[in-house]
Amino acid sequence: MSAPTLERPAPDEAALQEQFDATVSAEHRIEPRDWMPEGYRKTLVRQIAQHAHSEIIGMQPEGDWLLAAPSLRRKAILLAKVQDEAGHGLYLYSAAETLGADRADLTDKLIEGRQKYSSIFNYPTLTYADVGVIGWFVDGAAICNQVPLCRSSYGPYARAMIRICKEESFHQRQGYELLMTMVRGTDEQRAMVQDAVDRWWWPSLMMFGPPDDDSPNSAQSMAWGIKRHSNDELRQRYVDMSVPQAEVLGVTLPDPELTYDEASGHYRFGAIDWSEFKRVISGDGPMNAVRIARRRAARDDNAWVREAATAYARKHAS
Amino acid sequence: MSMTSEGGHGAVPTGPEVPVEPKAATARRDWPLYEVFVRGKRGINHVHVGSLHAPDDEMAVHAARDLYTRRNEGVSIWVVRSADITASSPDEKDPMFAPSGDKVYRHPTFYEIPENVPHM
Amino acid sequence: MAHEETVYEALDHAHSDEGHWAFGTGFDEPLAGVDTTVPEGVDPADLGEYCLMLGDDALVLAQRLTQWITNAPELEEEVAIGNIALDLLGQARLLLARAGSVGVLGRSRERATESIPDEDALAYFRDPDEFRCTALVEAENGDFAHTMLRLLAAATVRLAVLARLRESRDPVLAAIAAKGVNELTYHRDHAARWVLRLGDGTEESHRRAQAGAEAVWPLLADVFSATPTEQRLAAGGIAVDPAEVRGEVHAVLTEVLGRATLTVPGWPADAPPRGRLGEHGPELAELLDELQGLAREHPAATW
Repeated sequence: MSAPTLERPAPDEAALQEQFDATVSAEHRIEPRDWMPEGYRKTLVRQIAQHAHSEIIGMQPEGDWLLAAPSLRRKAILLAKVQDEAGHGLYLYSAAETLGADRADLTDKLIEGRQKYSSIFNYPTLTYADVGVIGWFVDGAAICNQVPLCRSSYGPYARAMIRICKEESFHQRQGYELLMTMVRGTDEQRAMVQDAVDRWWWPSLMMFGPPDDDSPNSAQSMAWGIKRHSNDELRQRYVDMSVPQAEVLGVTLPDPELTYDEASGHYRFGAIDWSEFKRVISGDGPMNAVRIARRRAARDDNAWVREAATAYARKHAS
Repeated sequence: MSMTSEGGHGAVPTGPEVPVEPKAATARRDWPLYEVFVRGKRGINHVHVGSLHAPDDEMAVHAARDLYTRRNEGVSIWVVRSADITASSPDEKDPMFAPSGDKVYRHPTFYEIPENVPHM
Repeated sequence: MAHEETVYEALDHAHSDEGHWAFGTGFDEPLAGVDTTVPEGVDPADLGEYCLMLGDDALVLAQRLTQWITNAPELEEEVAIGNIALDLLGQARLLLARAGSVGVLGRSRERATESIPDEDALAYFRDPDEFRCTALVEAENGDFAHTMLRLLAAATVRLAVLARLRESRDPVLAAIAAKGVNELTYHRDHAARWVLRLGDGTEESHRRAQAGAEAVWPLLADVFSATPTEQRLAAGGIAVDPAEVRGEVHAVLTEVLGRATLTVPGWPADAPPRGRLGEHGPELAELLDELQGLAREHPAATW
């Protein structure tokens, strides 16, 4: 027996907005049931969904080497890593669902091309050195991007990111450790590592997004506390981290303009070829169709499995 | 085409050709959503850690162990259908509550779907 | 900034702690620190051969399950299948390393260089006729129902064997079995939960599950006949005679299929051992081609 619904005063939107702004600027977290501006919610859903899609599609480039990993130890490490990525995707979809999104619907959008994933995963993995370089570069860049997001103003996203960042550092280390082992191996292996570095370096720089002066949405996202550093800041941080690591490894980063600038304490690097990047993200990348086709097949070819489990649950509901 | 670097794995396209409007779930084809609570060690309460989809309670608790405890057998797990949780109601004088609903989240499973819709 | 700095710091300090790896999997030297002395009265060649049998079953089934990764019906199932494959891979590594430690390396050392550890020499540099897995694990996956029925059968057999092997006179086998029993219990339960849901789900899933059972059951003919090696070791309290577990396996499978509303296929008569003696179908050669190709291309490499 429920009580009769009584009429209540209409909510004061201005007061809610004020409260929201105060919470964000005090570095407190916004939680799922709080009032939030519609733009904040939509931007977050898109951001979290494409991050989740990136984790799930990101299983494929490395997953392509799972069956052929050249030692049992490497196979176990890679399997654990790819499995982690499935877990990370799940944490993130879970965060998106607190905002009213629906995982199946987000997956449909991914497959239909209405939502995107990081373009880095549209490059093929040609040799086993690519597994190492993905760990070192791609996971390294992801860490630069993700660590600040552990302070995202949206609680469920920030909490998912903390969990993910902890695991991601191992991903980067396993990649670097694989490369260290390979450069101590045969000449052929050293050549493989350098070739992979040559192919992945520039795409990894592009992972940080367009230069700040061409990044229209950034200011609002910064104000909302869902983006914490500018694209160029994060890219610089990544380059500064990577150059000494490359020296230890004994590989050359494919940028003749890469130099240390004493005055600023940063490495200066050459201009990024954004036209190639735009080509890859708009669907002309080497692997776009393959990545989406596999995700579609996993959804469609196994629909009968999900339906069967639902039917069983209905029959056996007490 | 424009781009953004939002999201942890970096640059993705945005712009008019990439629609962002979320559409309300009208027919549920996938498994229901469960909230997961884990007691990491003796002496502390169960803590909400996230959610997952499962076809039924039994599958949910096993998936929760896989996903949120990394199969640590020592911890206690509760799962509950998100739709079965009632949350404190918005008229409790906290202006931060959205003026709607008595559920924990805005989860899409809260959309009411009639029993006879196929492939639910 | 405070929170962010803490996270960076946590990342810095986390490095040596394998606990953050998924499932706390240790990836190094599988038998480091374990006393690998062969028990008195046991022929090391027999012991090594037996380790290959159990190790190859695990390795080949792990490889089959890994074929599902990025193709599974749901993300939750990606995680579950990954777990099971990782467990089996871990068991394979221990068992192959044990075989190597007692000097059973077959022809693998003719191809693998010194720097390659025993477990990899055995996994990557043996030809199909040197593999000792049964037909049950090497058969192709088929659809998800077929895969779960095979996993149910394979996990039920292996659990029954490992449960008995905990009493082995070889302390290494006993330790590997004790660890494996917990894992296999999980694998069998996972497969059984799926077989129930698919058998008693929709018409389509029932049909597919029944077809899976019909395809898997005949493979059991290759499982329960002991080789002379197993007979000798079983008599010496080292190994389990597979014929001993036939009844238990039959009872478990019959119960699960019955509850899943599936018709239990005819139980095949035991055939003389094939897989355990190195006789395999072309599907094993194909699986090994993929598993071994890269390692064989670079026999002097270290990974």
